Amino acid sequence: MKYARLIFANLFRKKVRLILTIGSFAVALFLFAFLSIVRGAFLGNAELASANRLVTINRTSIINLIPLSYKDKIQRIPGVSYVTHNNWFGGIYQNENNFFPQFVIDPESQRQVFPELVVSDDQWANFLKDRQGAIAGAKTAKRFGWKIGDRIPIKTTLYGGGAWDFNLVGIYHGTRPQDDETQFWFQWDYFEEKIPDRVKGQIGWYVIRIDKPEDAPRIAKAIDTQFENSPNETKTEAESAFAANWVKQFGNIQFLIVTIGVVVFFTLLLVTGNTMAISVRERTSELAVLKAIGYSDRAVLFFVLAESLAIALFGGLLGLLLAVVATPVLATALASMLPNLVLPGSILAVGLVVALVVGVAAGLLPGIGAMRMRVVNALRRV
Amino acid sequence: MAIPVIYNVRSVKARWTSTIVAVLGIAGTVGVFVAMLSLARGFRATLVSSGSADNALVLRAGSPSEMMGAVTLDSVKIIKDAPGVARDAHGAPLVTQEVVGVMPFPLTSNGADANTQVRGVSPNVLEVRRTVKIIQGRMPQPGLAELAVGKNAAHTYNGIVVGANGSKKLVALAVGNTVDFGGGHWTISGIFDAGGSAFDSEVWCDAPVLNEVLKRPDNLFQSVTARLTSADAFDTFKDALTTDPRMNVDVSREIDYYSKQSRVMTTLITVLGGFVAAIMAIGAVFGALNTMYSAVSERGREIATMRAVGFSGSSVVFSFLLEALLIACVGGLLGCVAVLPLNGLTTSTMNFQTFSNLAFAFKITPELLVKGVLFALVMGVVGGLLPAVRAAAMPVATALRSL
Repeated sequence: MKYARLIFANLFRKKVRLILTIGSFAVALFLFAFLSIVRGAFLGNAELASANRLVTINRTSIINLIPLSYKDKIQRIPGVSYVTHNNWFGGIYQNENNFFPQFVIDPESQRQVFPELVVSDDQWANFLKDRQGAIAGAKTAKRFGWKIGDRIPIKTTLYGGGAWDFNLVGIYHGTRPQDDETQFWFQWDYFEEKIPDRVKGQIGWYVIRIDKPEDAPRIAKAIDTQFENSPNETKTEAESAFAANWVKQFGNIQFLIVTIGVVVFFTLLLVTGNTMAISVRERTSELAVLKAIGYSDRAVLFFVLAESLAIALFGGLLGLLLAVVATPVLATALASMLPNLVLPGSILAVGLVVALVVGVAAGLLPGIGAMRMRVVNALRRV
Repeated sequence: MAIPVIYNVRSVKARWTSTIVAVLGIAGTVGVFVAMLSLARGFRATLVSSGSADNALVLRAGSPSEMMGAVTLDSVKIIKDAPGVARDAHGAPLVTQEVVGVMPFPLTSNGADANTQVRGVSPNVLEVRRTVKIIQGRMPQPGLAELAVGKNAAHTYNGIVVGANGSKKLVALAVGNTVDFGGGHWTISGIFDAGGSAFDSEVWCDAPVLNEVLKRPDNLFQSVTARLTSADAFDTFKDALTTDPRMNVDVSREIDYYSKQSRVMTTLITVLGGFVAAIMAIGAVFGALNTMYSAVSERGREIATMRAVGFSGSSVVFSFLLEALLIACVGGLLGCVAVLPLNGLTTSTMNFQTFSNLAFAFKITPELLVKGVLFALVMGVVGGLLPAVRAAAMPVATALRSL
């Protein structure tokens, strides 16, 4: 890089402009990363869903319950390895703003069906021993500063009402960064004991782990056929389809985020590209001098491109770095509304590539102009 | 003495490429800002307009929403006799006790099952909620499996018809059609218009029929809405119910209840939109600064000439600031015009607080547009001030000498 000094000298000739241009790049990339993670948070589990899990709900309505007695019948269908069930508790911790999902779980099969949500063995053993035991996701525990051994009261208006007390005996972690670490689990036995007779023996939904993903359509059909014409007909779907359906209900919100992202990105890139073009135009005579003293057309193009690439690279990295730093802060601030704000590495990689592509594009137009110009005309223009 | 404005207009024209870029930068920012705010407003307006000032909503104590409520038939009777409840011409109390369920209806747009709020109502519901009008057909008859469909629901969702062999067919939710859900065959008896409120996304039927379908006890309701003799009667009504030892209920004005329902989504949109617009504004200000700085540096000799012929430093500052404001103002107006077609556009999303689908419209008010333009002007001042000061601070002799 014998020309490095020249390129650097050119970069720093107008410091204010350099800072502003790098700044706009950083802002564009920061917003790119931010909107990507918001979109990811809305899409949520759809991309995380396991191919070998099915979800069975009541066909009538997602809020209707299903008898617990279906469990053994589902278990007997060939190809089903584990069946677990959940209830939605819908309680309130301290006040309504502290929302996090509380699930009644079946300790027997929870860990087999959700192997990606990890609880250490001794914590799990304590959970099994304590009827009022509860396990919280790492994010929720961190959000409220809970420690193992804390007593957690959760108010509910369903199931007879009142405040239910739980002992926090464990904390689970996701194996992947996007895994949902906000749930709060407690035992079916405790739940069943406390609820009124009217709703005893009924669960919210089943989650079924199957041996081979190819079997999913067959098993889903087998389950639904089995309970057809019963008082509680079921609807079984692959977990991914279930999650995708959930996401589709947000409908246009996701589309909106993407549209805004495109508008934002395009606008900022236009601004940045223009600045680069200005800085090349201002130096037309200098570039002409370079050509006059014998630098080739390609070398001139290279100078211009190298400069805009350097700005793009530096601005892009800065923006992505800001996003990396800001994500945990934003995740805390938006915890009750968008619980799963995480920044996957793939977004950073895509962002950097986009930044470089824009850098090249912004430099190419004035660069080619500089390459093609006739030395005599350019020198005369002054 | 002030420098004529025409000077700024002409110089803006002379540097049209970078001017256009600066204008677009500001226009994009203002557009996003206005669009996000109008979305949040529309969402809120939809829910708030669902409530009437002289209606009161009674829920079980502590229930955050109707979905989690339960009011017994005994309590309904006490509510009907409570002071402040309005009565119709025959002396019957204007109270509707309701059952709320969530049923899957396929969206017409992408076929996904949307959780649709199905509300079982009392026969006199239209007298309680006077904003709701039947625009086609009639209300469901008590005891029959009939549906009245909100006007947004009618075009947002399809109904499913299950054939004899288990096959499924989609039909429009239009009067006279029969649809299957919840294990029953329902005939659509009417379409109602609720003035753009949340009820427009709902499907209504007779309360006891819905209780039966949802397999809930027939003496239990989720919420009770009472029309009061006037908005002022609310306190009397509330005190009477909350102090009654037989009752365990929360009483709120219908308007307050619905504005609370809109809180999470509105906050989310406002926070996200505000954040994106703020960050974008930084980018747009960078763009404006760059444009203005290069305008100043390219015009060094012009400025020096103006100073030399007697214009003061402050008129130069003023002139450049004016130029920046001109660019910002055009950008702001452009941004507003660009998003104007969104006004009234209906979109739907899931409301977190009820887990059900809700259609709402972008609502762009003149006030929002003014805010958008003001936002643009602020960006103009921030982006133009420093370059303007630099222009005025340039030493005249040096600037004139330099090429």
